[in-house]
Amino acid sequence: MQSLLEWVDARFPLLKVWNEHLAEYYAPKNFNFWYYFGSLAILMLVLQIFSGIFLTIHYKPDVGLAFASVEYIMRDVPWGWFIRYLHSTGASAFFIVIYLHMFRALLYGSHRGPRELVWIMGMVIFVALMAESFMGYLLPWGNMSYWGAQVIINLFDAIPVIGPGLSEWIRGDFVISDATLNRFFAFHVAAVPLVLVILVFMHIVALHRVGSNNPDGIEIKENKGADGIPLDGIPFHPYYTVKDIVAVVVFLIVLSSVLFFAPELGGWFLEHDNFTPANVLQTPPEIVPLWYFTPYYSILRACTPDYMIYLSIFVGIVGAMTLFSARNIMVKAVAVVTPLILIVGFYTLEAKFWGVVAMGVSIMVFFALPWLDRSTVKSIRYRGWMYKTALGIFVVTFLVLGYLGTQPPEGLYKALAQIGTLIYFAFFAFMPWYSQIDKTKPVPERVT
Amino acid sequence: MSTNGVDKKRRRFLVNLTAGVGAVGSGFAVAPFVMSMTPSERAKAAGAPVEVDISKLEPGQLLTVKWRGKPVWLLNRTPVMMDSLKGLADILEDPESTDAEQPTYAKGIARAIKPELLVVVGLCTHLGCSPDKKLEAGAGAGLGADWPGGFFCPCHGSKFDLSGRVYKNVPAPRNLPVPPYSFKSDTEIVLGIDQKEGVA
Repeated sequence: MQSLLEWVDARFPLLKVWNEHLAEYYAPKNFNFWYYFGSLAILMLVLQIFSGIFLTIHYKPDVGLAFASVEYIMRDVPWGWFIRYLHSTGASAFFIVIYLHMFRALLYGSHRGPRELVWIMGMVIFVALMAESFMGYLLPWGNMSYWGAQVIINLFDAIPVIGPGLSEWIRGDFVISDATLNRFFAFHVAAVPLVLVILVFMHIVALHRVGSNNPDGIEIKENKGADGIPLDGIPFHPYYTVKDIVAVVVFLIVLSSVLFFAPELGGWFLEHDNFTPANVLQTPPEIVPLWYFTPYYSILRACTPDYMIYLSIFVGIVGAMTLFSARNIMVKAVAVVTPLILIVGFYTLEAKFWGVVAMGVSIMVFFALPWLDRSTVKSIRYRGWMYKTALGIFVVTFLVLGYLGTQPPEGLYKALAQIGTLIYFAFFAFMPWYSQIDKTKPVPERVT
Repeated sequence: MSTNGVDKKRRRFLVNLTAGVGAVGSGFAVAPFVMSMTPSERAKAAGAPVEVDISKLEPGQLLTVKWRGKPVWLLNRTPVMMDSLKGLADILEDPESTDAEQPTYAKGIARAIKPELLVVVGLCTHLGCSPDKKLEAGAGAGLGADWPGGFFCPCHGSKFDLSGRVYKNVPAPRNLPVPPYSFKSDTEIVLGIDQKEGVA
């Protein structure tokens, strides 16, 4: 055995990789509950790819056959229902894990320097994951698949000049059709998973270059022992591999409970309208995306003509504050010109277009987080009341927007979504100020 | 300039030139893949003109036909329906149909070549749901007693009149589009081929 390992190691850096990323990768010793979700995300990726491969064995990407082939998997294929529900429930579980993984970063400042690239790669993974789940949802060719895709692809139509051509290019037809289904299948099972795996690999390589953050937001590499090993670090293997296995067991118990007893979770994980085949001439009563997209869907729908005045005031305030705080003359110029261009745009281009822009920005703004946060400390443990309050309000707003996205945008619901949209953006837009003036507590030398 | 027989300036120029040519070549190589995703010849053929016989379309009846995979409504409007189009200017976003949502031969309040025959694409201009037909005027449609007849999108509540003109302050920004169409004979229309100006 030993000689076989030596033979391999002379030809492939097996031991080196093992040591660098597991046995001699020193992670802070104070990881808590929130640090499970990275490993769980990898577990979900593997489960989704695995169950997905087995679904493609029986699934047919053809508008005449797709719906029936999914029902065939559900009813006739031995254990087909299990594999299908594992995949559909897994998608929601994946997003729950990813959202908690991202929330961890907001708690402990894991996106802050020197981990900006880890964060950016993670965000690219998140966007790719959204594309992956959106395209996957078309494949069963249910009525919600069809009309959901219709609504989302029509978003691109709102882009001036190139919009109509772009949406035609995405569909490969003038409407959602067999061409669209077939290419979504190709992207869903081949292209995007490949990209996801590569991105996850890079995400981990980048993380292991800078080292893991921890609940105290302290750089453990700044306190090394005589042997060059961080004093507050412990080898990832066996300490965290074993710890994470416990988390995996608990997580799988929860996942199985949903999978076996409520795989559709009352329409939250699989919508009722998707159990009727796609009908080109009949829209479902209410088009609603799955829960993980609804916060952004709320923001999209909040932008109506009468909302533009509030958006104008909002960008005006952010511009004015930037103008007075910035020292650089170029930044000052941008702070004056950008709001003006936007306000002119709000009243010349359609509100629908600005809805699409707002939705895009609501996702893309996460990329800027490492630079918006100006606090001297990373972890919420040593931050003052301002950031804690802001983060709390943001989380509540995100959940409320998510709920409102499943409801018709009328009356009180519409007004709440519009207020929520402003709060959502305020969390990011005013972060440079409130994170900076927030009173922080002294950060200890070593992890606690 | 030259060190050890290496002309660095020349080398840099050649490297940049090679990279530049390679980039252009890569661009050309990508083009077929990008183009392959545009609508195929078959999809274009399926988007070919559709002939519709309207001889059996009674006044007040609506016929849905599929053109380019979209529902197209043909509504034979009664005189009462035609009257309902007048006097709505205040509640409509674009009563005279000045936005380019219809061919030039289908402007005005009737938005049709033959005023009584409405031809529109039955997809909401908000996000593409297919609105419900609420052709009857009055409270029966469930949209209030003053409902003049028209179309109501259940997705996000947009309203349109019997010419497919959009109401003010609803999510849909524009009137329902009128597809290009023409009369082949008195009882037959062709969807997808423009009416020649001056003929009708």
